[in-house]
Amino acid sequence: MTTDVREAAGTVAGLAETFSYNYAFLDELSKKAIRRAILKGVAIPGYQVPFGSRELPIARGWGTGGLQITLSLVGPGDVVKVIDQGADDGVNAVNIRRLVERTSPGVETTADTSAATIIQTRHRIPEEPLRKDQVLVFQVPQPEPLRSVERREAETRRMHGEADYSRMWVALYEDIVQNGRVTRTAGYPVVVNGRYIMAPSPIPKWDIPRLNMAPHLSLFGAGREKRIYAVPPLTSVTPLEFEDYPFQVEQFYGQTCLRCGSDTTYLVANPTETGTLRYVCSDTAWCDAALATKGEEVRA
Amino acid sequence: MGYTAVKGGAEAIAAAERLLLELPTEAGELRVELRQVRHQLKASVDKVMAEGGVYAPDLAALAIVQTEGDLMEAAFMLRAYRSTLPRLGYSLPVADREMRVIRRISSAFRDVPGGQVLGRTRDYTQRLFDFTGTAAGSAALNAATPEAAAASLTSDGSDAVPWYLPKVSDAMRAMGVMDQLPKPSDDAEPFDITREALRFPASRPAWLQALARGESGALLALSYSSIRGFGGIANHGTIAELRAGDLPLQVVHPLTGLPVTIGSFRATAVEMTGNEKTKDAAGAKGDRYGLSYGIVFGQEERKAIAMALLDSTLQAQAPVEGEPPPAADQEMVLYHSDGVESLGFVEHLKLPHFVTFGSGLQATLERSAVASGAALREEEPHSHGPGDEPHTHGADGAKQPSHGAVPTAG
Repeated sequence: MTTDVREAAGTVAGLAETFSYNYAFLDELSKKAIRRAILKGVAIPGYQVPFGSRELPIARGWGTGGLQITLSLVGPGDVVKVIDQGADDGVNAVNIRRLVERTSPGVETTADTSAATIIQTRHRIPEEPLRKDQVLVFQVPQPEPLRSVERREAETRRMHGEADYSRMWVALYEDIVQNGRVTRTAGYPVVVNGRYIMAPSPIPKWDIPRLNMAPHLSLFGAGREKRIYAVPPLTSVTPLEFEDYPFQVEQFYGQTCLRCGSDTTYLVANPTETGTLRYVCSDTAWCDAALATKGEEVRA
Repeated sequence: MGYTAVKGGAEAIAAAERLLLELPTEAGELRVELRQVRHQLKASVDKVMAEGGVYAPDLAALAIVQTEGDLMEAAFMLRAYRSTLPRLGYSLPVADREMRVIRRISSAFRDVPGGQVLGRTRDYTQRLFDFTGTAAGSAALNAATPEAAAASLTSDGSDAVPWYLPKVSDAMRAMGVMDQLPKPSDDAEPFDITREALRFPASRPAWLQALARGESGALLALSYSSIRGFGGIANHGTIAELRAGDLPLQVVHPLTGLPVTIGSFRATAVEMTGNEKTKDAAGAKGDRYGLSYGIVFGQEERKAIAMALLDSTLQAQAPVEGEPPPAADQEMVLYHSDGVESLGFVEHLKLPHFVTFGSGLQATLERSAVASGAALREEEPHSHGPGDEPHTHGADGAKQPSHGAVPTAG
């Protein structure tokens, strides 16, 4: 130290002398504890593992669960992609990516889905199918799929433990009776490996079928609620449905993306003043690539 | 084949941050110094340390300046800082009778062994503005030390106050109206809410930790609901003792194995007591005085009292029928009183939600389209360049039934 301790005490310069962050921000024991929780989640697909969730320099509710998973997994050589609502340039995705870059030398970041080893996402699955060497990390606001039918954590844990899911099924049945169909939209409850009902995070219904038997590992982090859970590769994930009222994804009625023309991707609608809707792909990296390909085809 | 770099988002937040770099000061205006914050805004530093869960006055002061006085954001900064530090171990338990007292009162009795020491408090002042700006400098600082308290008058008229005062609850135990303290547990390590997620029903150590870091306003509101009798708990307790001062920080020396004091920290402890009906094994009825506890870093007395009230309501038996009142409901109190968690989730509503919102909107549009048989109002797709937002219809305005090119691996 170049400054006298007593003189430096109480000054900003004095604080700066002794200050440092660990690699990937979290201390090593914290990362180890989080990885152990992840392993337990992988061993019990769909089961919510309580973990000692740490606070991060990003606010609770803004992705600390996903980020704790990502920070516990990254090392030099990893390539990290971060998206929010499908977009790499969403401001919170940018901020999360910056924190990873800043605290983890040797880790690259990218918008290219196929180049990433770890993809952290808020509420979308990238359109490009993932490979078995890639890990998809979901940010989860409410890990408990039964919360809408039971407010108490102590009781929902019992329900999961005993596979006592009758109240959830009754709630869906009542939805049909009252509305003619199940009206739940994003974050549709699913059954994992035939055992646990799981909250897939508020992804659109569109993405639900893409969790089923996927070749990649899916990890789910709820930082504020302090739960981690997982869907291992090649695991069954099925939405709760009735034989006569099957699960249906969002319909776009022939709309295509105004930028790239896609009709096979999840679209988001932007309103105009006159009340018309302009549809574009939610997955911006996919849309950019599709546009570039089309551009080449047109030019060729 | 190129993937478009991030567009717009990075520039936007970089611009937002540049605005933050420009401190809202006028030319020639001095920056607030950390020691000014520590000395003259002590209550803010206390709140930030308590809710941040880190006793680090300089860092708390820096956080307050950096967040421009947003105390909940400042506490958030301290909490985040904790997560980059390894846990070295735990201190030895310390009893608050070891406190070097600067202030000590009891509401339960008019006079108590050791006396009522008002100390430096605003409680009995009139909340009027002081426009003279003549508050003394160094003299005021000294008043908040044990030395100054020792020089103040006590209720029994003597001049000197010993730093260590006997506890009121010890006197009540000697009277036989309060149970003896349980033996300390053999566990070397307590349940640590910063290392394990809370499970329900939560143990008393777990909820006391959560309350100690709880956001003051949340604890105040919940404890207020209890003493107002909202939901059925009518008999609020009485403060047996409130004491503020310095507690020693003791750890086990790694080589000798002996306890060693490595420093001290300012804390405020409140013991509340109230009459409770009892029934012994033979069925004989009686009553005794129970004990509830609140302790915080620094001198936030309001929060220490709120904490003791909530410790009392959480200890109470839940009613046989119906939902417990909010202040007696563990999940209500413990899930909703953490400032960092609550500010994060409430403010996360500022994040984009258009995918989830769109999912619901599509369902609504579906229903109205199905009901009316009308096509969804739509804009005709047309030719355009990459990255352009289209403004006009192209000549080839007919809809292309394209299926979207699948991008090849880059």
